[in-house]
Amino acid sequence: MSSTKEVAARLREAFNSGKTRTAEFRLKQLKAMLNLMKENEGALLEALKKDLRKPNFESIISEVLFTKNEIVCAINNLTEWMKPEYVEKTLVTKLDTCFIKKEPFGVALIIGPWNYPIQLVLTPFIGAVAAGNCAILKPSEVSPNSSQLLSELLPKYLDKDCFAVVCGGVKETTELLEEKFDYIFFTGGTHVGKIIMTAAAKHLTPVSLELGGKNPCYVDKSCDINNTAHRIAWARFLNMGQTCIAPDYVLCTKAVREELVPALINCLEEFYGKNPQESEDLGRIINEKHFNRLKALLSSGKVAVGGQTDEKDKYIAPTVLVDVKETDPVMQEEIFGPILPIVDVENIDEAIAFMNRHEKPLALYVYSADNKVVKDVLERTSSGGFCSNDCIMQMTLFFLAFWRSWR
Amino acid sequence: MDQMKNTVGKARAAFNSRKACSLEFRKQQLQALRRLLTENEDRIADALHKDLNKNKLDTQVFEIIGLEGEIALLLEKLTEWAAPRPVERNLLTLMDEVYIQPEPLGVVLIIGAWNYPFVLSLQPLLGAIAAGNAVVLKPSEVSENSAALIKELIPKYLDKDLYQVVCGGVAETTELLKEKFDHIMYTGNSTVGKIVMEAAAKHLTPVTLELGGKSPCYIDKNVDIDTVCRRIAWGKFTNCGQTCIAPDYILCDKSIHEKVIERLKETIKEFYGEDPKKSPDYCRIINTHHVKRILSLLEGSKVAYGGQYDEASCYIAPTILTDVSPTSKVMKEEIFGPLLPILTVNNVDEAIQFINQRDKPLALYAFCHDKKVLKKIVAETSSGGVTANDTMIHFTISTLPFGGVGNSGMGAYHGKFSFDTFSHHRACLIKSLKMETVNKVRYPPGSPEKVKWIKRLITKQVNFGKLGLVFIGLLGALLAVLMKVLLLH
Repeated sequence: MSSTKEVAARLREAFNSGKTRTAEFRLKQLKAMLNLMKENEGALLEALKKDLRKPNFESIISEVLFTKNEIVCAINNLTEWMKPEYVEKTLVTKLDTCFIKKEPFGVALIIGPWNYPIQLVLTPFIGAVAAGNCAILKPSEVSPNSSQLLSELLPKYLDKDCFAVVCGGVKETTELLEEKFDYIFFTGGTHVGKIIMTAAAKHLTPVSLELGGKNPCYVDKSCDINNTAHRIAWARFLNMGQTCIAPDYVLCTKAVREELVPALINCLEEFYGKNPQESEDLGRIINEKHFNRLKALLSSGKVAVGGQTDEKDKYIAPTVLVDVKETDPVMQEEIFGPILPIVDVENIDEAIAFMNRHEKPLALYVYSADNKVVKDVLERTSSGGFCSNDCIMQMTLFFLAFWRSWR
Repeated sequence: MDQMKNTVGKARAAFNSRKACSLEFRKQQLQALRRLLTENEDRIADALHKDLNKNKLDTQVFEIIGLEGEIALLLEKLTEWAAPRPVERNLLTLMDEVYIQPEPLGVVLIIGAWNYPFVLSLQPLLGAIAAGNAVVLKPSEVSENSAALIKELIPKYLDKDLYQVVCGGVAETTELLKEKFDHIMYTGNSTVGKIVMEAAAKHLTPVTLELGGKSPCYIDKNVDIDTVCRRIAWGKFTNCGQTCIAPDYILCDKSIHEKVIERLKETIKEFYGEDPKKSPDYCRIINTHHVKRILSLLEGSKVAYGGQYDEASCYIAPTILTDVSPTSKVMKEEIFGPLLPILTVNNVDEAIQFINQRDKPLALYAFCHDKKVLKKIVAETSSGGVTANDTMIHFTISTLPFGGVGNSGMGAYHGKFSFDTFSHHRACLIKSLKMETVNKVRYPPGSPEKVKWIKRLITKQVNFGKLGLVFIGLLGALLAVLMKVLLLH
């Protein structure tokens, strides 16, 4: 097995040879990626089941389909994206040619997370390939079946000199980070994000950090409570709550809460039946460490529905907590699990002040039929992305830059 | 130091008051900055003369005019740039509002450089103001007269709470970097660039680093050597070579080597006379530390012209070096001074190879009539920017992003790129609670039927033309109606 240094050197040599420069080469790799996804759907679903007990229904949509669409988008637009961008000239340069040329950086490092272990590592990878870079993929060791599968499949479909998969944990990642890369793309937690950026600074390597946060969800009295409950519940409990842009907590008045909680309870039964542990459509917590972390958060506030746990099964029931205070443990960290706290506020101003007291989140949600309320929250807060009257859907738009909050 | 905490705290409180949200307010601040420049032209020229022996004309050309142009552009375009930017929708969001909303980041730290102390501090400041941020500006202490003037003038013209100036050296900058900012822009060298980025990492603060490098300048054999040498000499000896995008060294075809040296000598005489020390158009090195540094680079090469110096007055003559070894000291670091090494190559491929063996530079210059050769050089090398058949001019075009790559930096600015650099681009999706029937396909419990519907709604096809997209749009709308009629759930 090659050492990290050897892999990085091989990729750099391949990049310097110029082979990734042509559109033909890049399209060939992208089409090969598409074939990889088409020909191995079964194996991908199986790996996701083993890692997260991810229901096929979820895997097909949020992992396979999403990734395929990203590849197709790149294939369809590559020629356009690669073209030089001609710009407006000054008087002095009227007779000259002025343009912005898109160039690959060189060798990119892409570090993936465990919650969507296929999609969240392949989507940036597709971008790197389309832009003409060589790339090392470092999928998460916390989702070992998915990582193992990627390390087997990628070399079968893609140019082995230009693209490599390196598996491993903290030790291997630290070794990788000692090498010089021309771009580092990291998806994961804030704490590791800082470590990545510090390591990148030593080589002046630009980084993209897709981190997380507590995504607030403000529910106004004017909304259709039933539809609202469906959309929030779907987004919260998808992948057992292990989604970076899931609504983390709800802010609403007591009056709204009194309608929302029963609506959520009905939803949960609609989605997962009377005993969610038996539902085929509910995943599981990734590992014991996170299970224990989440179990400790259940003592915040009061359980309105759910709260059951099964350690052996890494199962935590979809749970709604009420009477939650700002100082409670569940409000101190990104939940990343199937727990939805509801915090009472008097009015929209209090909700906005609450959101602004905390770090800028990756996503921010507002449910209201009143456009003024939506615009008010939008203008007076900041977040990576924003969606009104739904959750997560802003991520499905390929042309909407999935800009991130840095913290 | 509590002082830094207080300064940044003041800026943050002012930002949180939301007064910089209004576009009118931002325009007023930009107009005030314009007045600062026009009402203090003489004092600015005087400060630059003291710091760098810059003359009034050069002050106008290299410091003032560019800033005035940038302010005019920002005033003209601010409303357009700050508006929501609609983007292409997909089938699921055809009825929704989808756009990117540029928003201010918060409190921006701008660390300026000493070589163009006004433009390199104030041009980023303009962008940060236009984007609605509060700013802490740290001009370079090395150009002390300019720094003192900036510190005096900014609070006289701009909002005192939103825009703060902090003066000082390494100690003060280190303290400042402990505070949390929402963006840091640094112009300077790679060594300090790494320190800035590492400090920024502690707070996950994004950075723009305008660094430097050795900007190569290739001269092909069939060129008008007179014109070429004039353009190169201008780029090299302006500001006594202390320009991040000055042509650092020449790679020329062997056959024209002697001619290039001769013409460069003549051009230097044309520009600065027989004794450049007496010329009012020739600047000085910023300080004796840099004089010593630059003189140490002469070692091992032959001085074909110039080489005179006077440490006490920080003077180094425009100097041409030949017999330069690729491994000599002058070829190992960014010169940032009036030494112009000339190396020879046999052909353009050799030049490309030479350039690619080194760190990616901030700028790359190529002089050649043959557009094919120019295209080849651009295609087979990488650099922050390129000007072919001239030097430095790409800096003046505000529609081109100005920035480095690799060791020469990350990020870019000027014009709209400044506005975008200092903005957060928020992804916004405004939906309604209607059309719930379509949404039901995504809710559990799952079923093969639901998967089929979802695939129909969102699967992209390879190579569908624009007309096909319209067709898909109509089909999607039809499918949504069909689903409602068939009452999936």
